[in-house]
Amino acid sequence: MNTGNGEYLRIEHVCKTFGTGATASEVLRDVSLDVAKGEYLAIIGHSGCGKSTLLNIVAGLTEATQGYVFLEGREVHQPGPDRAVVFQNHSLLPWLTVYDNVRLAVDKVFAGRMSSAERHDWTLKNLELVHMTHAIRKRPGEISGGMKQRVGISRALAMSPKVLLLDEPFGALDALTRAHLQEEVMKIHADLGNTVIMITHDVDEAVLLSDRIVMMTNGPAAHIGELHTVSLPRPRNRLDLIADATYIASRAKVLEFLHKKSHYVEAA
Amino acid sequence: MQKIRARAAQVAGVLLPPVIMLGLLGTIWELVCSQPGSALPPPSKVVTDTWELIIHPLYDNGGIDKGLFWHLFASIKRVGLGYALAAGAGIALGVLVGSSKWAMRALDPLFQVLRTIPPLAWLPLSLAAFRDGQPSAIFVIFITAIWPIIINTAVGIRNIPQDYRNVSRVLRLNGFQFFTHIMLPAAAPYIFTGLRIGIGLSWLAIVAAEMLIGGVGIGFFIWDAWNSSLISDIILALVYVGIIGFFLDRLVAFTGKLVGRGTVSV
Repeated sequence: MNTGNGEYLRIEHVCKTFGTGATASEVLRDVSLDVAKGEYLAIIGHSGCGKSTLLNIVAGLTEATQGYVFLEGREVHQPGPDRAVVFQNHSLLPWLTVYDNVRLAVDKVFAGRMSSAERHDWTLKNLELVHMTHAIRKRPGEISGGMKQRVGISRALAMSPKVLLLDEPFGALDALTRAHLQEEVMKIHADLGNTVIMITHDVDEAVLLSDRIVMMTNGPAAHIGELHTVSLPRPRNRLDLIADATYIASRAKVLEFLHKKSHYVEAA
Repeated sequence: MQKIRARAAQVAGVLLPPVIMLGLLGTIWELVCSQPGSALPPPSKVVTDTWELIIHPLYDNGGIDKGLFWHLFASIKRVGLGYALAAGAGIALGVLVGSSKWAMRALDPLFQVLRTIPPLAWLPLSLAAFRDGQPSAIFVIFITAIWPIIINTAVGIRNIPQDYRNVSRVLRLNGFQFFTHIMLPAAAPYIFTGLRIGIGLSWLAIVAAEMLIGGVGIGFFIWDAWNSSLISDIILALVYVGIIGFFLDRLVAFTGKLVGRGTVSV
């Protein structure tokens, strides 16, 4: 068996085929990728290109048909709080309050390592990070979509994950709320130095937030088309970047890939 | 003052329509049944005939010569016991069938056939098995109420969104934690739909079952009244049966609202 050698997160020759025989559909073919500690990585591609499947494989929610995922040299077999996921539709439990949604994760992950009072403080601290302490007694049904996603992010952060996996976290939000949350995620990333993998289909979001952009080809049998390093200094300010040459070049590169080299497949 | 007036108007708006409707229907009934040779008594005669029963619900002359309260109480006790057993067993079986593909394949066809058997058809069999009216009636309630509870619970469990399952997998909830934190609350709206159908069917079945087993109980009271040609007593009993059936349904719905923590809509 192969072992990861020193890299933080290593995705090695991952293939995924759903189904067998005549109905089999190959989603991912030979995807390999190394992610450094503290890196912010965006995965971009057209709908149906298998980027969510790739994220689910890293999360352990889906099993790869071939290939391996290593985190700190240990192979990933199953989901766990060290790879916390922020789901696209927030996936908060509607019968729990905002506080209890985060507390459930904290209680589960830190049981035995923290006292009840410490777990309470840690829960509040993580809700504070996303500015949601004003609504801790509310249920998810009583807060806006943007707030729900903040709580989802807070829940994931509260697990102190080694890798934070964001599955189109801002996809269902309006443009202004999305911009707000992007700022907050950038700030949290700057403060805590999390390793983040984010799925997105928004070119500006990918360039603004990430250190590196993985461009996926269209399915079936999607693979990594190109890698692009965004060499913009941090902290980044979206208004300053509008006219920034590096920003414009990065944006152009991703757009060109999406619209020229990997043309949209109608069936996808 | 304005507030009180607005509130009064609101209450009147809710209360007046059913009261007016009731008055209208009562008047029609009074007019139709006051004709000479009418087979059924008009409401005024029902009240005068049954006045003793209405004002003395608690009398007890021994045997089955008791006030209506005791008859209704006996029926509610039977329903309560049979229904509680059905709720426990039904939710447990529903969870099993909902979470295991093989349990579903094995049991679902069986349930689909058994649930179509009318409640009273079980009574002779249970009398043969228990050799006593009391447990037989409770068994009939049990077997009547259990099917909607099983089937709705199973549907609720099967419909737990994949998102919640993913959350539980990322958090590595164990079986018991998954059951209490995800499964029960997520399936609560379905479970309580089953429980409400179940309590309704139980109350429907108890009257018929009691007519056959005899003894104290509102079902036998009605049958006894028919045998003594006390039509007014029957009508009074039906009113009570309807009102209690309504409150039983509300009770289960209210419990669902409490337990479901906002996920069960009534």
